[in-house]
Amino acid sequence: MSRELLEGQKLPASNGSNRRTFLKLGLSVGAAVSGGLMLGFSLPAASQGAAPSGRSAIGGDGDEAPKSGVFEPNAFIQIDSNGKVTLVIPKVEMGQGIYTSIPMLIAEELEVPLDSVTIAHAPPNEKLFTDPLLGTQMTGGSTSIRYAWEPMRRAGATARALLISAAAQQWRVDPASCHADRGEVVHAASARRIGYGKLVDAATKLPAPESVELKDPKDFKLIGTSAKRLDSPDKINGAAVYGLDVRVPNMVYAAIVQSPVFGGTLGSVDDTHARKIPGVRQIVKIGNGVAVVGDHTWAAKRGAAALDITWNEGNGASYSTDDVIKELASASNRDGAVARMDGDIRKGFNEAKSRVDAVYQQPFLAHATMEPVNCTVSVRADGCDIWVGTQVPTRAVDTAVKVTGLTAEKITVHNHLLGGGFGRRLEIDFITQALKVGKQVASPVKVVWTREEDIQQDMFRPYYYDTLSAGLDANGRPIAWQHRIVGSSVIARFAPPIFKNGLDPDAIEVAATLLYDLPNQVVDYVRQEPQAVPTAFWRGVGPLRSTFVVECFIDELANTAKIDPLAYRRDLLGKSPRALHVLDVAARASSWGSAMTKGSGRGISFMHAFGSFVCMVVDVTVNTEGEVAVNRVVCAVDCGMVVNPNTIEAQIQGGIIFGITAALYSEITIKDGRVEQSNFTDYRMLRIDQTPLIDVHIVKSSEAPGGIGEPGTAALPPALTNAVFAATGKRLRRLPIGSQLVSV
Amino acid sequence: MTILEINGQSHTVDAPPDMPILWVLRDLVGLTGTKFGCGIAQCGACTIHLDGQAVRSCVLPISAVGDRKITTIEAIGSTPAGRKIQTAWLALDVVQCGYCQSGQIMSATSLIAANANPSNADIDAAMTGNVCRCGTYNRIRAAIKQAAKEA
Repeated sequence: MSRELLEGQKLPASNGSNRRTFLKLGLSVGAAVSGGLMLGFSLPAASQGAAPSGRSAIGGDGDEAPKSGVFEPNAFIQIDSNGKVTLVIPKVEMGQGIYTSIPMLIAEELEVPLDSVTIAHAPPNEKLFTDPLLGTQMTGGSTSIRYAWEPMRRAGATARALLISAAAQQWRVDPASCHADRGEVVHAASARRIGYGKLVDAATKLPAPESVELKDPKDFKLIGTSAKRLDSPDKINGAAVYGLDVRVPNMVYAAIVQSPVFGGTLGSVDDTHARKIPGVRQIVKIGNGVAVVGDHTWAAKRGAAALDITWNEGNGASYSTDDVIKELASASNRDGAVARMDGDIRKGFNEAKSRVDAVYQQPFLAHATMEPVNCTVSVRADGCDIWVGTQVPTRAVDTAVKVTGLTAEKITVHNHLLGGGFGRRLEIDFITQALKVGKQVASPVKVVWTREEDIQQDMFRPYYYDTLSAGLDANGRPIAWQHRIVGSSVIARFAPPIFKNGLDPDAIEVAATLLYDLPNQVVDYVRQEPQAVPTAFWRGVGPLRSTFVVECFIDELANTAKIDPLAYRRDLLGKSPRALHVLDVAARASSWGSAMTKGSGRGISFMHAFGSFVCMVVDVTVNTEGEVAVNRVVCAVDCGMVVNPNTIEAQIQGGIIFGITAALYSEITIKDGRVEQSNFTDYRMLRIDQTPLIDVHIVKSSEAPGGIGEPGTAALPPALTNAVFAATGKRLRRLPIGSQLVSV
Repeated sequence: MTILEINGQSHTVDAPPDMPILWVLRDLVGLTGTKFGCGIAQCGACTIHLDGQAVRSCVLPISAVGDRKITTIEAIGSTPAGRKIQTAWLALDVVQCGYCQSGQIMSATSLIAANANPSNADIDAAMTGNVCRCGTYNRIRAAIKQAAKEA
């Protein structure tokens, strides 16, 4: 998902301003921050959610009622009379470091020490927290810094200007003769200093400045430094609070058993044995499953295991992955919606001296966040509280309105740190389910899925089927390029308004926006949905799929043309200096072209997506048993101006490991309508002993910031399979690699 | 009723004998730093110490604990090895989502408490049971080496 993709999207999301209970004082100031849309309405006070035993500096709800004596120039900054600075972060923290990098953007302009700020989760409020790149309040698509870069600095600068004005008035001096420094306004000429806390009342009364000046990047003190993560201290001592850690007074615990077959419904339930288990309190039926409610998770789990359930399996019970593939292969014969058409492809093929054809396939994938799916709810006649970690807080409100029949202002969402997102927590299926359970339970209830449910009842990255053909001229250059993408459209379900004319803008991303010089090309998309298998976004989204296909196929063309894969790419990317630069940096750092030992190979990939440019070089060894060891990954990345290089390195390292797991192991298969995998035993994760050396090179750039959460994952798999080709001569056109090389 | 010694304090809990310590800690005692990941000892998120030994609490029934002392992530910083590991984790900014890190730190602490100078192979052996979906392994390895150096 990129800027181009979701820009302008208008979703029927909840209108957070419905939830206002108080009009904040000084709210007009907020309008300066983001184009006058912000109204600065406050939200109901945080409710009775009790914090767990650990004391956490992160994770207060940013929806407290306004207090007198608190300076709130906009939705993101609160300064109290003691000078305590609370930042309300419009994006959720799921590992990507946004609870550090957004505070850095604000603190740079606000002139406060980064380690002095307190972080609060933003409440659901589309008016205050919509990301215009996504059209909604959502965290995903590697947009956070692209969105935050200017408005968060502007928020800090606006607050700083007001505080300086307040001090200057008090001192009767020209504001231009004052400056801000470490939470104080300073008048150097008279050596006077005053803390922000003492300026709160005066600053609150001032009108918003017409405009504020942002720092010249050369004056940045914080942006561009490897500032330490603000969430680290809480995450090394058990204090960090994830959705699963919520403890609410009188809370009970629920385990869920859902239809093992896609599309199945509940038939009959014999709960005789379950009810006899000590600690089991209640058995609750929902549409496609049963919840067992108990005094603790163990009682609920034992109760769930003791249920005797008959399912109405329906038509799904004969469905398998083979059927999915047959449907996709058949659909690939249909003409698709055209995503890109350049030149004259027929002429290109006619003039070609050689032709290459290929079919690429990529499997269903489960997200497998380390924190299993969970949601805690309290559904009452007078209101509803939801404690959850979600990438889409306003959608949580929407579903609660539907399930409970309450109005939006009666719904309170308490967001939390996410124990991994990767797209799973863009979905609200489990929130809806918890609400359906909670409606039938008298006390607050925490619904926790087992790992088996988490994998088998996931919403999956779609199975994709891509067909490609290229015609090469006498020099091996592609003069015809045809690419057909076939698969489920997540966008059509998730954001229907932007699925237009049969085109899924996510599915075609990268494929239809290649920087390669392809004078005659057609890229089209055929939507083909699997029966009853729910599909969803997954880290890397469209670019992950497209980059694997395109970068492997480019390698095939280079091999056909008998040209070095790096040289082949350089030749086709000659018009993009940023692309060439990352290729050259990665090539140099990886000693591209140096000799490899027998059984080893080196592969390359390039990607331009999420506003960033990435080149990966992967070294592998394939042993005589056909097992692949990834020895080293070199990555050069140009993601524009850098907020925190430490975070970027971590995201690239982690993204690469996520991508290696996907390329080597990850595959959800379906047999008899059921997911065949169930836990980390058969849905394998890369572990520390298989982790390669990872060498990340961040290219200096003064361009606008690009996304960084997904590029590492999206660009990795083709470099790995291209390395396997270099090592073995075997071209893998299907993921995962799994046991495909065993017979080599 | 069962009496457990957890982080130096005595706790009396009412739990069935087959209840894993993971759920005793999280649901009955209220110590939520120990995480649920897989339920079958395949990911290490639930790692705690029994008399200093790293064990997977999701498959350890309360009846098997006996009089052994339980240490969880909330108190591991009060041991010398735990403090070194936490310090290194902060210095290298190991965490991302952080969910698995309680277990990673418990396993790493157990390693360096027993082995002051772990080799790469020692680290692999001690840490392979701990999955990190965010992919922090490179920094975990570096942090363990740094913590060992402080010994």
